[in-house]
Amino acid sequence: MATKKFMYLNRKASYGTAYAIESLEVVLIAAAFEQDVSLAFIDDGVYQIVEGQNTDGIGMKNFSKTYHALGDYDINKLYVSAESLEERGLTADDLMPLVYEDEDDDWEEKPSVKVVSNAELTKIMSEQDVCLSF
Amino acid sequence: MLHTVNKSSFERNSLQSCLNTIDDTSVILLIEDGVISAANNANSPMLADLASQGRVYALQGDVDARGISSKVADNIKLVDYAGFVDLVVEHGTAVSWV
Amino acid sequence: MKFSIQINEGPYQHQASDSAYQFAKAAIAAGHEIFRVFFYHDGVNNASRFTMPPQDDRNVINQWAELDIKNADGEPELVVCIAAALRRGMLDESEASKNGIEGNNIHPAFRISGLGQLIEAGIQSDRLVVFGD
Repeated sequence: MATKKFMYLNRKASYGTAYAIESLEVVLIAAAFEQDVSLAFIDDGVYQIVEGQNTDGIGMKNFSKTYHALGDYDINKLYVSAESLEERGLTADDLMPLVYEDEDDDWEEKPSVKVVSNAELTKIMSEQDVCLSF
Repeated sequence: MLHTVNKSSFERNSLQSCLNTIDDTSVILLIEDGVISAANNANSPMLADLASQGRVYALQGDVDARGISSKVADNIKLVDYAGFVDLVVEHGTAVSWV
Repeated sequence: MKFSIQINEGPYQHQASDSAYQFAKAAIAAGHEIFRVFFYHDGVNNASRFTMPPQDDRNVINQWAELDIKNADGEPELVVCIAAALRRGMLDESEASKNGIEGNNIHPAFRISGLGQLIEAGIQSDRLVVFGD
């Protein structure tokens, strides 16, 4: 069966609601199905992959390090909205350095996070077969 | 693609985010509280351009429920749930802006 | 066409489940097939067999049950995500006894299963529509 392009649309920050952690749980399960997976982080969703999260003060599980595992599962297309970052006073440097090893390029380590403009995101979204929102 | 927006543009930025990433052929269906954006109000300019191209729909049931049937912009097309189903069939991938 | 639906919110608190139900009903009336309805996040609460809404209002759980959405083997295709369900205290008989808990609350028209069922629904269906908040 031909693979489908799945997009996981993340627009909410972690911790305030369960959407972020439960969206990530779907993505990890999805890896086993070998589809063409992309994650989009738009609006407050960009905060899901901000570096330096510390949940000691709120008594909730810090699941941010789990994003580092995505590369091992061949999930390496994490699109972050440039406009959403800018509006929030963030840059690419504020994000977790998520990487994957490119098997087609001698297992060279490459960044999974791609900061993209709205125009680029529009094109990416228009190519998707299935879009899951959380 | 069919983009559904279920929140009012006064409550959330969902409609704006949708508009930021919609391509030239996709359409928007306003449902639930999202139909508030179909009414003539301060946020009408957001949808004016797309609506003039006939690319904005609103769910009739949600419009009626909220008592705004007489306020909906003339060029926004009202559909029932059967029409919602038809839009999904016709426009392919559904993107839900919540 | 084959449709699947994802519902992210519980009954009554948000309109998501109502909208999804009306959509599913219309799709069935138009001759389409509902492959699967997958309940995630608080959506798992749509499977509670203990809800008691007022008599003059719709019964969300019963509405879903009455659509009788099943697969060719006669198993329910109103699927509740097991991870989200356990977190929120939604248990079927099997999960309850496995965990030594007396009583279970999942309505028989629903079945509990893994997240893979959502992905499979996306793969196998022509269209997948998400209802959330």
